[in-house]
Amino acid sequence: MYVGAVFFPLLGACISGFLGRWTGPVAARWTTVVCMALAAVCGVTAFIAVAFGHEPTTVPITTWIAAGGLEVSWALRYDTLSAVMVGMVTFISFLIHLYSVGYMAHDPTQPRFFAYLSLFTFMMLMLVTADNLVQLFFGWEGVGLASYLLIGYWYERESANAAALKAFVVNRVGDLCFMLGVALTFWTFGSLEFASIFGAVDQHLSDRFLGVPVLELIAVLLFLGACGKSAQIGLHTWLPDAMEGPTPVSALIHAATMVTAGVFLVARMSPLFEYAPNALAIVTVVGAVTAFFAATVGCVQNDIKRIIAYSTCSQLGYMFFAAGVGAYQVAMFHLFTHAFFKALLFLGAGSVIHAMSDEQDIRKMGGIWTKIPVTYAVMWVGSLALAGIPIFAGYYSKDAILEVAFASHSATGMLAFALGLAAAFLTAFYSWRLLILVFHGEPRADHEVMEHVHESPLVMLVPLLVLAAGAVVTGYLFSPFFIGEAWQAFWAGSIHNAPDNHILHDMHEVPAWVPLAPTVAGIAGIALAYILYMFAPGVPARLAASFRGLYLFLLNKWYFDELYSAVFVRPTLALSRLAFRVGDQRIIDGVPNGAAVLAVDAARGAARIQSGRVANYAFTMIIGLVLFVSLIFLGTAR
Amino acid sequence: MAGDITEMAIGLAHYLIVAAILFVLGVFGIFLNRKNVIVILMSIELILLSVNLNLVAFSSALGDLTGQVFAMFVLTVAAAEAAIGLAILVIYFRNKGSIEVEAISTLKG
Amino acid sequence: MLAAIAFYVFAAVLVASAAMVVTARNPVHSVLFLILAFFNAAGLFLIAGAEFLAMILVIVYVGAVAVLFLFVVMMLDVDFARLREGFQRYAPIGFAVGLVLFLELAFVLWAWTPAPEAGGLRMYPQPGAEAGLSNTEALARVLYTDNVLLFQAAGVILLIAMIGAIVLTLRERPGTRRQVIAAQLARVPGETVVLRQVPTGAGLKDLGILRPPLPPAEEPEALPEPEHHGHGGGHH
Repeated sequence: MYVGAVFFPLLGACISGFLGRWTGPVAARWTTVVCMALAAVCGVTAFIAVAFGHEPTTVPITTWIAAGGLEVSWALRYDTLSAVMVGMVTFISFLIHLYSVGYMAHDPTQPRFFAYLSLFTFMMLMLVTADNLVQLFFGWEGVGLASYLLIGYWYERESANAAALKAFVVNRVGDLCFMLGVALTFWTFGSLEFASIFGAVDQHLSDRFLGVPVLELIAVLLFLGACGKSAQIGLHTWLPDAMEGPTPVSALIHAATMVTAGVFLVARMSPLFEYAPNALAIVTVVGAVTAFFAATVGCVQNDIKRIIAYSTCSQLGYMFFAAGVGAYQVAMFHLFTHAFFKALLFLGAGSVIHAMSDEQDIRKMGGIWTKIPVTYAVMWVGSLALAGIPIFAGYYSKDAILEVAFASHSATGMLAFALGLAAAFLTAFYSWRLLILVFHGEPRADHEVMEHVHESPLVMLVPLLVLAAGAVVTGYLFSPFFIGEAWQAFWAGSIHNAPDNHILHDMHEVPAWVPLAPTVAGIAGIALAYILYMFAPGVPARLAASFRGLYLFLLNKWYFDELYSAVFVRPTLALSRLAFRVGDQRIIDGVPNGAAVLAVDAARGAARIQSGRVANYAFTMIIGLVLFVSLIFLGTAR
Repeated sequence: MAGDITEMAIGLAHYLIVAAILFVLGVFGIFLNRKNVIVILMSIELILLSVNLNLVAFSSALGDLTGQVFAMFVLTVAAAEAAIGLAILVIYFRNKGSIEVEAISTLKG
Repeated sequence: MLAAIAFYVFAAVLVASAAMVVTARNPVHSVLFLILAFFNAAGLFLIAGAEFLAMILVIVYVGAVAVLFLFVVMMLDVDFARLREGFQRYAPIGFAVGLVLFLELAFVLWAWTPAPEAGGLRMYPQPGAEAGLSNTEALARVLYTDNVLLFQAAGVILLIAMIGAIVLTLRERPGTRRQVIAAQLARVPGETVVLRQVPTGAGLKDLGILRPPLPPAEEPEALPEPEHHGHGGGHH
């Protein structure tokens, strides 16, 4: 069961990837769906067994590296933290596989898509069940690879290729820091196994590396790696562009699973982070700023998927600042619920795109809520969950995050609370802006598109409904276990809290207005969206015109892409062009080519001696003879 | 014999100087002439003549017949070589129609 | 005294005629000057005491080689007008090279002395006057005994030169008629003479023998092969 949860997706990927050409698309995709279903069954069972049944295990598979002091093995670590992830990833991946059957029905290379999707799932599961940092890195890189393959799935598109490359390169920057962190870990602890590291944290509390406490440094480096994967501010530029991939990819990778790997890493390394308060402060600040930044940008975007992408970025910021104040459990809880409603929102958006004949610009939609009622309803459910309206899943997790931010009573925590509250307001605003512009009002699409608007097939609707159910109940059902009274029994030590970290207790002692504030902010956001877009639709345009600078600043994503292009991309391209033209072509190629040209020229010059004129030859011979005689004469005369 | 060129008695040195002059003239003829190939062949004969003169002079000075014997062989070979050389020249002329030295450039590489 | 004058006269004419060989404009003049040079060289040989060699020089060199040169010069149809150019271009360096060579030779010969034991090292010492042998006889005694193999080899060289010259210059002339002796000797009377009964008083025409005979039927002429000038042409 434990092994099955992780390796069934790999089986599906191999079958579909290697044999897809012979089995045909239908067999290939249903094979992967079946394998994923099996994996989901195993995963959910494992989740129940480990988390509720309190049977954490580690399933060793084989030894990988045994070189001197470095010993690394393949093993599946199933404690509550990984069980939560495994259950969630397999379940949601299964739903998305099912959805993709309908969404990608007209795609010419379906086996490739499903193979990549299953491969991704396998890599993600390897990541979360890793028993040591190297295996985690294997999964880390693997999901990066799968993300590249899937973003660039429609590789005939120039923009898709560019986006895939951008994702990979930006992630690479994060990965570099991650690798440095791993190296430093090995240098400090002498081992890369979690068990050994976590057990030895106490001994290295006061170690320093280059004058900095080593635990802080490791934590910061690992966090920077997480920033790349989870698109925190600075390394976030790849996430909106990643929407070039098909919508199921966005739902699975860029909402529910891959981007949450960073949060998972921080939670997994909690024994380390707990003793690196400066690193945690950095995490908090970065997370809070990201949450606010992404929410501001999302307010003015016009592509339906991009709005949801920035929403993801913002929610990841929430998770990070929750972890930063020491409440990893709350972060994980939000990760869990967020997976459901964000995947729901993405799949719903996919349904809308499918209905609108592949139109993605919300300025060209509108007035379709009567035509696609199921999609409309599930989008409402997802948005309610996202905005943190009571009863829905997001309410429990989002509220908890803001409570712990307030309860931390630190400067960074207060900053995080303020920014998080503002972001909550903006989140609700842009979510309802999306709903209203897409579904309500006068239709802004042309007549032919409106004629074709139709509800998605059942194979796409069923996952939507399941996810909608999850978006509604997961908060209420799981809150006691993740962050409520039973949290300690539930987590059973898989997340470590320092002895002075009582945040999960303190969060229940915050003033009464604190839990209400996010709800109020959410409702205010919804109200503002209604006012601006439903009742006074001309106002947003006039606002955009009068605050043109601010509008453009937000529309262009705070000009991060332009900044990076100027500072990093263009100099690098110029340098590589220089290296190619001068270094490679002129110098390195020039040396052998120049030698050849020199040889040819010398030979051509030498060939002129062979004029063929016998008289010249005789002339030269005589002169040579005289020289010889002179030499001998001078030699003997001495 | 050695050293005194102004002496009236004819010694070895006189013969050798004459032979040297002949040799140089023959060399001149080979590479200074741009006219025709026959002059080259005749210059070779001059060179061989100077060599013969040298051999005979030494033979008479040393009282050794070896020089004259050798000179006879040189003579033989010179005659043979002149014959072959002229035969080649004749065929060359047949094919090229001219014996101008400047025109011989078939070996051009 | 007389010997000295003779020497200088012979030497002067020799050098002068050698110079003329090289510089004469007309190749026939060159050959004639060459003959003059040979004669004077023979004179020098005589003064040096090698009379056999002097005579051989006249007979072989002048009588055979120089005449051969003359034959070839007459045979080749040389255009005199174009022949003079180019001499001046290389004259300076040529003179320099020649001068250098001459000076070196002169210095070497000036400084030459025979080794002290040279007297005892002679291979074939000249027989003294008491032996009563002429130069020819003395040479023969050496040549036909110790050097007979070399002598034979010299003969072979001459043979090869002769064969070589013939092989090089022989041309097949398709039109000439030659005797094929073997065919002539192999002729059988039966093929040559035929007896025929002839009626009395009949003329040739009655017998069907035409004089002159009819020319053979004209065959269409094959196109002549293009002339190959030179072998392959090389790189022009």
